[in-house]
Amino acid sequence: MAHTSTAANTAANTVEFGPATGLSCRECGTLYELGPIFACTECFGPLEVAYEFGEIRREDIESGPANIWRYRSLLPVPADVAAKPNLQPGWTKLVKADRLAAELGLRSLHVKDDSGNPTHSFKDRVVSIALEAARNFGFHTLSCSSTGNLAGAVTAAAARAGLDACVFIPADLEPAKVVMAAVYGGRLVAIDGNYDEVNRFCSELIGDELGEKWGFVNVNLRPFYAEGSKTLAYEIAEQLGWRLPDQIVIPVASGSQLTKIDKGFRELIKLGLVEDRPYRIFGAQAEGCSPVSRAFKAGQDVVQPVRPDTIAKSLAIGNPADGPYVLDIVRRTGGAVEDVNDQEVVEAIRLLARTEGVFAETAGGVTVGVLRKLVREGRLDPDAETVVLNTGDGLKTLDAVAEHARPTAVIRPSLDAFRAAFAN
Amino acid sequence: MSVSVRIPTILRTYTNGAAEVSGEGGTLREVLQKLDADYPGIGGRILDETGKIRRFVNVYVGEEDVRFADGLDTATPDGVQISVIPAVAGG
Ligand SMILES: Cc1ncc(COP(=O)(O)O)c(C=O)c1O
Ligand SMILES: [Zn+2]
Repeated sequence: MAHTSTAANTAANTVEFGPATGLSCRECGTLYELGPIFACTECFGPLEVAYEFGEIRREDIESGPANIWRYRSLLPVPADVAAKPNLQPGWTKLVKADRLAAELGLRSLHVKDDSGNPTHSFKDRVVSIALEAARNFGFHTLSCSSTGNLAGAVTAAAARAGLDACVFIPADLEPAKVVMAAVYGGRLVAIDGNYDEVNRFCSELIGDELGEKWGFVNVNLRPFYAEGSKTLAYEIAEQLGWRLPDQIVIPVASGSQLTKIDKGFRELIKLGLVEDRPYRIFGAQAEGCSPVSRAFKAGQDVVQPVRPDTIAKSLAIGNPADGPYVLDIVRRTGGAVEDVNDQEVVEAIRLLARTEGVFAETAGGVTVGVLRKLVREGRLDPDAETVVLNTGDGLKTLDAVAEHARPTAVIRPSLDAFRAAFAN
Repeated sequence: MSVSVRIPTILRTYTNGAAEVSGEGGTLREVLQKLDADYPGIGGRILDETGKIRRFVNVYVGEEDVRFADGLDTATPDGVQISVIPAVAGG
């Protein structure tokens, strides 16, 4: 039977996209069919994936694979997604951080350590969902604008999936991130400008016929990309024994991750997978790029962009698209947005490494640094269950700590020399 | 002053698909007024009911985000390119 109606197209779409039924504008609610679109034609508001979930049971999730696809029934992906070539990120460790907790004066603390992902940052989660969308839309090239981590996740995912990659970064990134973005093949274009300028360039490229068959994971595939961060919320809840933490500290660059972790928590409550209890969300920024923290402290609901200057380059987005939502969420949940300076970032990286054996990149330093500041200032409940995110690997930002992490002594290979060096 | 305005994909229905149109005006506000006169309705997509730039739109005059300059009062020198760009996620 020949189906030519839009209804038939929609039916086909919902199969390819699992439980996703369309895209809806987060600002005005206008509904759109699933497609490579990202902004509302009425109000420019961001589009996000809308769903019709069936009944979802803990047992079904628990019997799934040890990666993000255990949550496929909550994501805009086809049911057989786990069988397709992709990086299979997720199900990273939730480290019980007793020594860090003791040092900070917290009763119960966990570190969600996303440095364990295939390309060593949480970006593998978002890219894996965007990759499915790119396949569905028939794109041949996977692309992004990136502060580094996303670029590596995209080139690696494209390599695994057999797509072309072309990624764009600011030219002054950490060397390890440049290597990781380049080693998986594809094209790496370094742009003489900051991330916000790279972003702007990519937005123009997408409106040009040059970029027509390209899936920019964070631009035209943004609604799908963003859903990947929900898996952090699901994993944390499941790993805590199907409970939401009382308070969670999350790094903020564009604010997409924080926004979607909140969405993930709310879905779990709505589906009856966790108890409906209040939770507080805190955002973490680096002082040298803290537009959202500034707006929070000033009591504003618009975010004035800044020109970034911080060692936390992965968080150096001066014009955060989801900034207003971060403000809404932290205010609604009774949290806050705070920032720390570069020295505090380095101290926090060392603190986390020394107490828990987890080596974070600068973004993790920002987050742990903000956790420490909030506890010191009495703004976090020391008795409540706390989770802090480490979203990236310290090996990517070695220079940040290199001068503080050197041999304790350089000696000749003799007992006398060792005794002399460590006598007192 | 005559300027060029780059139109994002989602607003090209107003410009019959044109990705770039020419504009006129000494400030961004004037350019947008003229744009709306030439392509009725487009102004209300970029500006909200109170006449401010919508919160999820970025407007650039040349290389500069107008929120770093004078917003709608930002000067638009002859020949400058203006871009209207929806906000995107980070990376
Ligand atoms: C390591 C790391 N953590 C956190 C973030 C913040 O992500 P978002 O833009 O979703 O706020 C980024 C963004 O690039 C990142 O690279
Ligand atoms: Zn809208």
